Amino acid sequence: MAKNVEHGIEDDLNKKLAIQIVKESEDDRLMRLSVGPQHPGSGHFRFTVTVDGDYIVHCDPDPGYVHRGEEKMCEYRNFIQNIPHLERPVIHDSSNIIYSYSLAVEQLVGIEVPRRGQFIRALASERERQIYTLYWLAIYGIFLGHSTMFMWPTGDRELFIDLMDALTGARVTHAFNIPGGVRNDIPDGFKDKCLRNIAYFEKRLKEYEDIFYNNPLFRQRTEGVGILSKEDAIKLGVTGSVLRASGIPYDVRKAEPYDIYNEMDFKVQYMKSGDSFARSYVPFLDMKESCHIMRQLLDKMPDSGEVRAKLQPNPKGAPGEAYRRVESGRGALGYYIVSDGTPKPYRVKISVGSFRNMIALPHLLVGSKLADMPSVYWSLNYWPVEADR
Amino acid sequence: MIKDLVNPSNFNIMISKLSDVLVRALDKPLGYAINWGRIWSLWPVHLETACCSVEFGAASGPRYDVERFGIIEAFGSLRQCDLIVVQGTVNRKMAPRLRMVYDQMPEPKYVIAMGACAITGGLYVDSYNVLPGVDGIIPVDVYVPGCPPRPETLIQGTMLLQEKIKRSKIK
Amino acid sequence: MTSELKEKPTTNSSPQQSSSPSSPPPSPKPAAGSSPPSPPAKREPESPPFEKGIVSQIISHFGNDKIKISYIRPLRIKINVNPADIVEVATFIRDNLGFDHAEAVSGTDYPKDDQIEVIYQLGSYSRDDLEGHVFSLATRTNRDDARLPTLINVYRSAEYHERETFEMLGVYFEGHPRNERFILPEDWADLPPLRKEFRIRGR
Repeated sequence: MAKNVEHGIEDDLNKKLAIQIVKESEDDRLMRLSVGPQHPGSGHFRFTVTVDGDYIVHCDPDPGYVHRGEEKMCEYRNFIQNIPHLERPVIHDSSNIIYSYSLAVEQLVGIEVPRRGQFIRALASERERQIYTLYWLAIYGIFLGHSTMFMWPTGDRELFIDLMDALTGARVTHAFNIPGGVRNDIPDGFKDKCLRNIAYFEKRLKEYEDIFYNNPLFRQRTEGVGILSKEDAIKLGVTGSVLRASGIPYDVRKAEPYDIYNEMDFKVQYMKSGDSFARSYVPFLDMKESCHIMRQLLDKMPDSGEVRAKLQPNPKGAPGEAYRRVESGRGALGYYIVSDGTPKPYRVKISVGSFRNMIALPHLLVGSKLADMPSVYWSLNYWPVEADR
Repeated sequence: MIKDLVNPSNFNIMISKLSDVLVRALDKPLGYAINWGRIWSLWPVHLETACCSVEFGAASGPRYDVERFGIIEAFGSLRQCDLIVVQGTVNRKMAPRLRMVYDQMPEPKYVIAMGACAITGGLYVDSYNVLPGVDGIIPVDVYVPGCPPRPETLIQGTMLLQEKIKRSKIK
Repeated sequence: MTSELKEKPTTNSSPQQSSSPSSPPPSPKPAAGSSPPSPPAKREPESPPFEKGIVSQIISHFGNDKIKISYIRPLRIKINVNPADIVEVATFIRDNLGFDHAEAVSGTDYPKDDQIEVIYQLGSYSRDDLEGHVFSLATRTNRDDARLPTLINVYRSAEYHERETFEMLGVYFEGHPRNERFILPEDWADLPPLRKEFRIRGR
């Protein structure tokens, strides 16, 4: 079936490649595979690839298997009632997705967050970033066949989840950040536990580096595979660790500091090679940097104070719009909220890092081997539930 | 009466009565053995549906080690799995695929509905794309509540399923 | 008699950490003597100079009749253009101003004005001075026959976002190679979900 040639190939490169292969081959050399929603290699996301022998000729993502209509549901609940269902897209990074929402709502309603609340918010955000990255590393490891890399991060993650449990009361969906600050103060003894945890984790990171990143098999599978050049990364508008692995040091915490990030001292980690290995290594470097930021936060936190601004029972947003962004585990997470003066938002648009990075998937897979597909796909840091919202 | 049975003309009746006795004697221990084998090696299909998959992943980790119950996430084909854990929300696009996966599994198969969204639609019950519960599509054996359920709750649900299997009769 | 006129806080309050000075609240104007009290002058906060420079570049190129400014805030600018001019304006913004990718494309349904507004959030990765800026380019079209030219040739990153806006709101993008189902189920036969007349169950 030579019909693949006209079917939605926009890039000149894709077109040339597909036409060339089709001309040279019989009609039935091309085979269309569906890496489906029930597949160990893809999570709850489907994409079809057309292969010619071992090489991928065309790729077409098909999201939507976890689409739950978040944006529509937001219009029927008021600002505070929206929080529980808005955290569910990324259940284990829930502090960041609500952080961005809180910033936008605070701008619309006109509240000022007290200083201690800002510190605690940033602490929760950094911790969630580490929890998310560990889970991602666990799944990445096991899909490349490295089952120790599934057990170790999952085990270490439990220690962090214990800390979040003590802080917020729930393992994964915290509903901790709210517009105006955080829900409650940190418990006694939390600071010491946290510091001990960070010290343990920093030692652990060296071990991860030894068994995973310095593993010759992992390196062979990911170095030089799926290279995303700097110009392509800008043109495709990718974000997060995918962008930083292609040589562009962009981090929302530095570009547009929110809350107290302008007082923190940290560097944006980036690498220049743009291959799968760089995309897997940049989140690891981010985790190390997060430990550094958390130590500063615990140091500089004011000893006492309010953690939450007083809100009216049914806060009304002033008519207008707000667009705020936060750096989450996958990239820049933005909320565009339009309000019309009632307690319910008029329109909420969530711009997530996974949806923006999806466009790199066909771009990178075309021309590569089918066996490289897991390492390219998982290195894009794609979480299907978030992309579908 | 026994003289009657041992008579060659009534041989087949004797055989059938003997086999009745045999089956009744062996039914219980054999059934117990087969059920024991089934309980301790429930292999789940890898069907991550939505957010509860994170807690299922955590349950497979070292702390809540679910492998000691025999639940290994078998990455082979789904033709060799006998448990399907519906983790989370099932929406309209996913529902036919879920049914396809369920149909392809060999008998005997069991279903655990994990999370509030799989039981009744949960937090998303008024969304336009979400099914109110998964028991309209596939028959559910055990319901595990929670949003998301803690890994301990999932293990308790598995143990309930084990009790249910122990009580079932082998055909 | 002086009348104390209470002011609402201005809607254009700047975000928490902005580097430009935050807007002073407008002070109530006391009525003078026997003349009737005049309504208070709603003093808009001073537009930040850097963002004003960007907008004045666009206006000097295209003229005031094609571009309508919605707001100019620290790090956020929004302008409104007609559908016929949007490709030109977007090309100018990409080439001359340095905003090189589209972060998000979203649509909002305004049944009261009988229009749908599609807004492109543009960001910049290559220029350091535009690091935290987000430029919003908006355009409006009719609800009944919603058609817009696609910006996919200017900003490649808007491809999937435009496709999603098509299926969620029913806006047809002329020139986009695939105006098709993306996230919704294949057998969706109802209204586009984000339109206001589509009501979800029980509400």
